[in-house]
Amino acid sequence: MAGAHTDTAFQRWFNRKGWINVTIATPYVWLVLFFLLPFVIVIAMSFATRTPTAPPFSFGGEHPVLNTAHYARLFQDDLYVRAYLTSIVNAGIATFLCLLIGYPMALGLTRVSPAWRNILLMLVILPFWTSFLLRVYAWIGLMGTNSWFNKLLTTSWNWLVPTDWALRSIPMMNTNFAVVLVMVYSYLPFMILPLYANLEKLDRTLDEASMDLGSRPFRVFLDITLPLSVPGIIAGGLLVFIPASGELIIPSLVGSARQPMIGRVISDEFASARDWPMASAVSVALLMLLVVPIMLYTHFEGKSHEKRKEGA
Amino acid sequence: MPEPARSADQRAATTVAAFPGAQVPQTAVKEPPFIRIDHVTKRFGTFTAVSDVTLEIQKGEIFSLLGGSGCGKTTLLRVLAGFEAPTEGRVFIDGQDMTDLPPYERPVNMMFQSYALFPHMTVEKNVAYGLKHEDMTPAQRAERVREMLDLVQLTEFGHRKPHQISGGQRQRVALARALAKQPKLLLLDEPLAALDKKLREHTQFELMEIQEKTGTTFIVVTHDQEEAMTLSSRLAVMDKGRIMQIGTATDVYEYPNSRFVAGFIGSINFFEAKVRATGGETVEVEVPDLGGIVTARAIPGLAPGQPITLAVRPEKIHLSRMRHDLPNTFPGTVQSLAYFGKDSLYRIALPSGHVMLVNSVNARRTGEHERVADWEDAVFLSFDPAAAILLKD
Repeated sequence: MAGAHTDTAFQRWFNRKGWINVTIATPYVWLVLFFLLPFVIVIAMSFATRTPTAPPFSFGGEHPVLNTAHYARLFQDDLYVRAYLTSIVNAGIATFLCLLIGYPMALGLTRVSPAWRNILLMLVILPFWTSFLLRVYAWIGLMGTNSWFNKLLTTSWNWLVPTDWALRSIPMMNTNFAVVLVMVYSYLPFMILPLYANLEKLDRTLDEASMDLGSRPFRVFLDITLPLSVPGIIAGGLLVFIPASGELIIPSLVGSARQPMIGRVISDEFASARDWPMASAVSVALLMLLVVPIMLYTHFEGKSHEKRKEGA
Repeated sequence: MPEPARSADQRAATTVAAFPGAQVPQTAVKEPPFIRIDHVTKRFGTFTAVSDVTLEIQKGEIFSLLGGSGCGKTTLLRVLAGFEAPTEGRVFIDGQDMTDLPPYERPVNMMFQSYALFPHMTVEKNVAYGLKHEDMTPAQRAERVREMLDLVQLTEFGHRKPHQISGGQRQRVALARALAKQPKLLLLDEPLAALDKKLREHTQFELMEIQEKTGTTFIVVTHDQEEAMTLSSRLAVMDKGRIMQIGTATDVYEYPNSRFVAGFIGSINFFEAKVRATGGETVEVEVPDLGGIVTARAIPGLAPGQPITLAVRPEKIHLSRMRHDLPNTFPGTVQSLAYFGKDSLYRIALPSGHVMLVNSVNARRTGEHERVADWEDAVFLSFDPAAAILLKD
């Protein structure tokens, strides 16, 4: 029975405990190679000095070990502070609007019949099938002064306000308004999907219990649905806020050049100014700004998990 | 079986302060019913969940709706709570028409099968939840919450979250929360189903005690016949959206009105029979499967030649090795027996091939060789005419 023997040998090899380590290690190796290592390089670069060489930076020279001048410049030149502020304010407004629009949609998705639910979920995901760039260009067309969209808005505006406020067209392009509008449009699915996943798991008998104890439907929402959906709100909020604050394409295409967002600053420093150390310093600072909310989130999540364990 | 009606004095003495209106169930006294379900029908599309149900329930009763899954008992409960609007018919509580009121305006509270405790609130907050909308001072509210937690013996657990207490404690929090608003009617959906057997028996009596203290009218939905029989003053057996029989546990067990009710509650032997002669207190029916004639207590409206079902409960059949001169005695052979300790269940094969269940209490302490009958033994079984139930459908 040679065949059976090799079979068991293969099985022994296949079932070896060591494989579990391989399985666990693979994503870690991936992360180290393609996230941690580049990140370390970027951090290192942020302490280098700009030189007219290729690559355009070097260590040593005037600042033998660490050149902290770039970090100092972040605070000296108010271009950076303003760009960070614009990014965070824009991303914050976009996140809030996504929540405002996405929450009712996610809640609605949980309340329709399963057949409708699949169709509507599909519609939420459908925009991803078209190029993101194409969709931003479509918005450029819509917001232009001669578009039907702009004309529609202008007509409604003129109809609503006194005549001396009347406008020929509404200037939307190259404003922060355009940036927020397109970001809300682009990131809405990232708010809806985690919220839907959270709301869908909520036990509807809790709503009935609340109603049974005297709460009207809106009260039920405030007392039961809203507090229990906080994890979904946080997850969706982070998924929108983090990419929105680092957004490059939207502010470049529809935003105002006088109010740049930080993503555009990083891109300009790297490409146009060829100041790689400065670009790296801006990137590291942005990452730190974004890591703080994530750490807060995991901290609170961990706490509530601990509490649950204590009870068990 | 618990005695449903207790003395008024005893009840008044145990009434807690939170329930000043606690009263005695007055099943004996004829007064307008406290709860009236009037020709209620509930259809979902083409499916009829509840079909023309009419029920009257007195104040202070524990009334059970008993039936298998899908019999409409839970739908009927949800109609009472206001979660489902009846397609036809009306619901009255304490003389008021409730049919068009939403759940949050009904003097009715429900204890959910899953308990539906709010996971993000402490036990105290859960119990206090319904009081938010009541016209009370914060002190009164706190007092009521304390009283409710005392009632269910959870005073110490007010600050815990639902996931930090046991299943039995959760059940009691659900009960306290549902009683906190002093509802006129408390609905309990399978209140004991999620508990293990030992806890269930204990909680059953606790539930009855709390009902007695508060005097609240209870409607309990259950699929467990034992639970329904011990818990309730009266019960309704439901099948396919219809009420098959309403009565006390004794009524329903000893005097079932249909094959369904007889078969649903307890075990029973059915035989096809034909009426032979009527008249007087008893009636004779021909039972081919038993191979003879059975004398049974008469029921009204029988005519000779009419086909009828004969039903006999296994514990009402007497088993012996010798033929006694008793009415309704038939021969058979022990096909198998199961010894349960306090009693044994025999399967007796009749000459016709029909197998009959006989339950016999092991009143005497006997060894294996001295019991009433053994495998393959030829035996005689007999039952009293009063034990023979005649069913028209």
